[in-house]
Amino acid sequence: MLNFFTELGSATREAFGKIGRGTFFLLHALSGFGYVGLRPRLLLKQMYSVGVLSFLIISISGLFVGMVLGLQGFYILSDFGAEESLGVMVAASLVRELGPVVSALLFAGRAGSALTAEIGLMKATEQLSGMEMMAVDPVKRIITPRFLAGLICMPLLAALFSAIGVMGGHMIGVGMLGVDDGSFWSQMQSSIDFRHDIINGMIKSLVFGFSATLIALFEGYDCLPTSEGVSRATTRTVVNSAFAVLGLDFILTALMFGD
Amino acid sequence: MSNNEQNIVSIRNLCFSRGARKIFDGVSLEIPRGKITAIMGPSGTGKTTLLKLIGGQLRPASGQVIFDGSDVHSLSTRELFNLRKKMGMLFQSGALLTDMNVFDNVAFPLREHTRLPEPLIRSLVLIKLQAVGLRGARMLMPNELSGGMARRVALARAIALDPLMIMYDEPFTGQDPISMGVLVHLIKSLNQILGLTSIIVSHDVRETAEIADYIYLLADGKIIAQGAPRELEQSDSAWVQQFLHGYADGPVHFHYSADEYFADLLSGVN
Repeated sequence: MLNFFTELGSATREAFGKIGRGTFFLLHALSGFGYVGLRPRLLLKQMYSVGVLSFLIISISGLFVGMVLGLQGFYILSDFGAEESLGVMVAASLVRELGPVVSALLFAGRAGSALTAEIGLMKATEQLSGMEMMAVDPVKRIITPRFLAGLICMPLLAALFSAIGVMGGHMIGVGMLGVDDGSFWSQMQSSIDFRHDIINGMIKSLVFGFSATLIALFEGYDCLPTSEGVSRATTRTVVNSAFAVLGLDFILTALMFGD
Repeated sequence: MSNNEQNIVSIRNLCFSRGARKIFDGVSLEIPRGKITAIMGPSGTGKTTLLKLIGGQLRPASGQVIFDGSDVHSLSTRELFNLRKKMGMLFQSGALLTDMNVFDNVAFPLREHTRLPEPLIRSLVLIKLQAVGLRGARMLMPNELSGGMARRVALARAIALDPLMIMYDEPFTGQDPISMGVLVHLIKSLNQILGLTSIIVSHDVRETAEIADYIYLLADGKIIAQGAPRELEQSDSAWVQQFLHGYADGPVHFHYSADEYFADLLSGVN
């Protein structure tokens, strides 16, 4: 019994310690904006590896998710004779939910894990320490550009995911199942609101990008500099990002669409 | 000459612990300017930790580290970073930045800390690379270098900003005899030609004793012995003799402390 409380206590302390270290880490990374502003090449390079290299996985997943939505939506809507609304259904589910959430989960798996492993290995091979001894702040030099890149790329990737998903839904609904092309687009156009749906979806993906990138970078920076430590940190990145994204999605949905 | 001008680093009564383990328990030592000072001791005695304490990457529990007249651990971050420009450190792994080639690695501190025009940076980098004999390897990536070459590139990078002092962390570990010889020669000649001060942390007795002017022997958080290599050789301390000659048994036991052997064996039977 006593053991249980001891363990509970130490786990709680560790959790709060991590929150504290994470907050300082975030502030430190934010303080590097000026440094990166003077060296835009650092940011461009990271946007390439975090963003551009995620294009393929995001596009292909978006296409399939859209196609599945087209199929499932058609089966359900046709029961009510409402298959003309397929466009609205596909677009609304993608723009509001699936676009930001699924692309954030894919982002955590593809880019987040790579960031954690990269920074963990830099720590293990003393590159971060070496930079410090050369009087260069490794957080500003290494972390800030990656953080900014994640923040910029995530909403763009989510938008790409939604756009390709809508095309996938169109391909199945209109191309295969014979939904009327005109009503597919016109119903979508009249029902999807720019501010209420698209901007809110963008805000969601910005929040997800912020948390997924921060988790990935912090886990890498905070890991034990051994091969086991790096592997554990990479796992934690994917698991914790998924929790954070799904939990935040619930809160944001309740706030945004609750009225 | 005052004490401060004579010694580039003075460490006074340094205590440092990791968790419950005391790594340093009141260590005091002086590093004289222009000399090669070696800090030796068995693995795990915190030799690398000592370098990190001098560089201000770790904070001691108590005690002082004075580098070139300023107390390292009472400085602000900005002052500490300025101080670090005066010291170079050679990490055991080299710590080269793996996403840049050799040239850019050596140019890195120059580009970060100076506003020199690119042609001048190029000349400076080539001069430093020539000094370590790797001018021809400037376009290689770090993963294409052998361990010895990586260390020489790191050395070129460490002297890029013309520091006052270089700290070498286990420079000879895992090197073949030829690159070992090259490194020994380089450390010695750079120290002379550039008027540097060098601190070598190592447990390679022969190579270190060959070039060091003064040796501190560190064990169990304390300085056990010190002196010029010749003096230590003649030391009558059994511990020093065991360390210098690598005897398997002596004051440092071959067996990790354990229960009595027979009792331990028999306790497994029924």
